[in-house]
Amino acid sequence: MVEQNLLSKTPAVHKWLRVKKKFPHLWCPGCGNGIILGATILALDDLGYDKNDVVMVSGIGCAGRIPVYVDCNTLHTTHGRALTFATGIKLAKPHLKVMVFMGDGDALAIGGNHFIHAARRNIDLTAVVINNNIYGMTGGQASPTTPHSMRATTAVYGNLEQPFDTCELARSAGATFVARSTVYHVRHAEQMIRQALQHNGFSVVEIVSNCHTSYGRINRLGGAIEMIKYMRDKSVMYTPDFDPEKAKADGKQYVLGVLHSDTERSELCELYDQLAIAGGNGNR
Amino acid sequence: MTIKTGVPLLLSGNEAVAYGAIAAGARFYGGYPITPSTEIAEVMAEELPRIGGKFIQMEDEIASLGAVIGASLTGVKSFTATSGPGFSLMQEHIGFAAMAEVPCVIVDVMRGGPSTGLPTKTSQADVMQAKYGSHGDYPSIAIVPSSVMECYTLTIKAFNLAEKYRVPVIILSDEVVGHMREKVVLPDPSEVEVIDRAKPTVPPEWYQHYEDTITGVSPMASFGEGYRFHVTGLTHDVSGFPTERSDEVSALLQKFKNKEIHNTKDLTMVEEFWTEDAQVCIVAYGSVGRSARQAVKLLRARGVRAGMLRPQIVWPFPKLPVESVLEQVSHVLVPEMNVGQIRKEVERLSRTGRGKVHGLNVLDPTFISPEQIVDRVMAMSPEFRLTGEQSSGRTEPAVEDPSRSQVAAR
Repeated sequence: MVEQNLLSKTPAVHKWLRVKKKFPHLWCPGCGNGIILGATILALDDLGYDKNDVVMVSGIGCAGRIPVYVDCNTLHTTHGRALTFATGIKLAKPHLKVMVFMGDGDALAIGGNHFIHAARRNIDLTAVVINNNIYGMTGGQASPTTPHSMRATTAVYGNLEQPFDTCELARSAGATFVARSTVYHVRHAEQMIRQALQHNGFSVVEIVSNCHTSYGRINRLGGAIEMIKYMRDKSVMYTPDFDPEKAKADGKQYVLGVLHSDTERSELCELYDQLAIAGGNGNR
Repeated sequence: MTIKTGVPLLLSGNEAVAYGAIAAGARFYGGYPITPSTEIAEVMAEELPRIGGKFIQMEDEIASLGAVIGASLTGVKSFTATSGPGFSLMQEHIGFAAMAEVPCVIVDVMRGGPSTGLPTKTSQADVMQAKYGSHGDYPSIAIVPSSVMECYTLTIKAFNLAEKYRVPVIILSDEVVGHMREKVVLPDPSEVEVIDRAKPTVPPEWYQHYEDTITGVSPMASFGEGYRFHVTGLTHDVSGFPTERSDEVSALLQKFKNKEIHNTKDLTMVEEFWTEDAQVCIVAYGSVGRSARQAVKLLRARGVRAGMLRPQIVWPFPKLPVESVLEQVSHVLVPEMNVGQIRKEVERLSRTGRGKVHGLNVLDPTFISPEQIVDRVMAMSPEFRLTGEQSSGRTEPAVEDPSRSQVAAR
C-alpha cells in the first residue's frame, strides 16, 4: 500500500525536479536534505501549485543547495540573507509563492536579525529551517543550535553556550505559523510544509535533520540510521493537552506538530494593498 | 506622477534623486534610515503607494539591498539610498548584484568617515569604496551629481545604465548636494529617456539567464514569467548553475570586465568648462565641482587661463578626457574632500611632458571654498603668481559665449 502510494508520486518528482540537469546531488549519502526536498515537492504538487509561480530562495550551506534541484524560480543568495531577498520578491509580486530554505547557522546566527524581523512583519513567506545542530558544509563548527556540552570542531571541549529553540524564537518574534518535524517523520514533515504553504502569513517549519558526517561522528552518535532512530525515539507529538513536564520526564527532546497558528493577524502585502488603494485616492 | 513638471520648483538634492528615480520607472524602494540620505526614503515612502510601487523599511542596509535585488529579479526597477556606514554594509550585496547581474541603483550620500564619523558633515571619501568596496573583480559604475538638477537627470541615467548593462550602479551624492536646495524645472515625462532591461525573445526551454551575446549583456527574464531560471552568487555558467570549470569561470569574470571595457564611450560623461585654452585644469567632481567652477572664473579674472574638467561618471574613470587635458595643460589640480582618492587616478595617467598633478585635500568638515582652490593654484607655480600680478582685468577664453559649458562624451 505504502509502496503503491510512493510509486504514484514518481511523476511529481519528475515534474518538479531538474532531473536531467542537476543530478546526482552534492549531499553526503544518508543526508536528511534529500528527504526534506522530497517532502517539499510532494507538498507543492499536492497543493496543485504552478511551477512558474513558485520561488525558492536559500542562503548558504548544505540546506542552501536545495532550490537548485527544483524546476521553479530559484535564488541562491548570500549567507543568512535569504529572507531579505524573499521579502523583496514577495512584496514586489505578492502572487508568487515564496519558500525560503535555511540551515540553523544560516537562519539563526548570521541571519538571526533577518529571521526575527521577517517574523515580526508577518509577510507571507514559508521559511523551512533545517536544523542539524552544526555547520555541516564547512566541516562541523558549532552553530546556534548546537546543544550545550556537545562537541564541534570549534567547540573541541564541548559547547559552552546555550542553543536557540528555533520555534520558540519564531513564535515570540511574531511568526503566525510555527511547526516542527524531523526527517524520520517523512509524511508528517510533508504535512507541516503543506500547512505552512497554505498559511497566509510568515510561517516557520523547523525540520530536525541529521549531519552524521560533521556532527554525528565527532559526538559519537553513529551514522545516519542511528541518528534518525534517535529522532524517532526522542520525539513527541504536540497536542492541545500537551504536558511539557511529562515529555521532559519521558526524555523527549523534540516536540513535533503545529506549535502555533494565528490566522487573525493581517499579512503585510495585504495591508500594503489596502494602503496603496487609500494612497491612490489621496488629496494631493 | 505627483510632482509638477515644467514649472520652477525648489527641491533639495535628495528629493530630486527620489523624483528622478520615479521618473526613471523605479517602483520599489528598500532602505534603512541614515543621515544625510533619509529624505530619499521619506519621499519614496509617501509617493510609492500612490503610484503602484512598494516601499519597505528593512532591518539594516544588508537587508535593504537584499530586498532591492529580490524585487529587481521580479522585473521591478528597484533602488536604495544610504550613507557611508550603510554603504559599507551594502558591499556584500553589491557584489551579489554584480555576480548575478541584477540591475539596481544604490545612492550613497557621502558623509564624513571612517566609521560613524561626521553624520551631518560632507565628504567625498567613499569614492574608492564605490569602485573596490566588495570583494572580487566586478564592474563598477559610479555617478557623481553636483547640482539638484543633476540629482534628477543623473539618477535617471543611473537607472538606464543599470538596466542596459545588468549591473548595480552607484550614485555618489554627498551631504552638500543632498541637502542643498535649488530652483529646478523638471522635464515632462515624455521628454525623459527611459531604458528598460532587454527581455528574452526565445521560448523558456531555450532561455539562458546569462547567455553570451554580442553586446555582452544577456536578456533578462523575471521570476514568475515561466522561464524558471536559477540565480546564484556562486560562479556560474551561462545557464546560471554553479561551475568550477576553468573556461567557464574565466569567461564569466571577463564578461564582467568587458561591460566596462567595451562601453567606454557610453560610460564616459564629463563636463568641460573653459578648458579650450587652459594652461591649468581643475579636475573636480560632485559638490566640489561647484567651487571649482567659481575658482576658474576668479582665476581668469586674475589672468590665469584656468579650466575645469568635471567627471559626472567617475567610475569607470574617464581616462581619455583626463589624458587629453594632461597633454594640454602644464598643471592639474584635483581638489577633493578626501586624502586624494581621485588625484591618484589622475597621477596614474601622468607622464613626462604632461601636466603636473597637484592635490588640494581638505579634511576639515567645512566645504572647499573657491578661494582655497584659487590660492592653491596660485601657489602651484611662479608663472601663475607672475601672471596674477601683471593682469588687472578679466580674461575669458576666446569662445562666443563664455558661460557656455560643454558637456562632452569623448
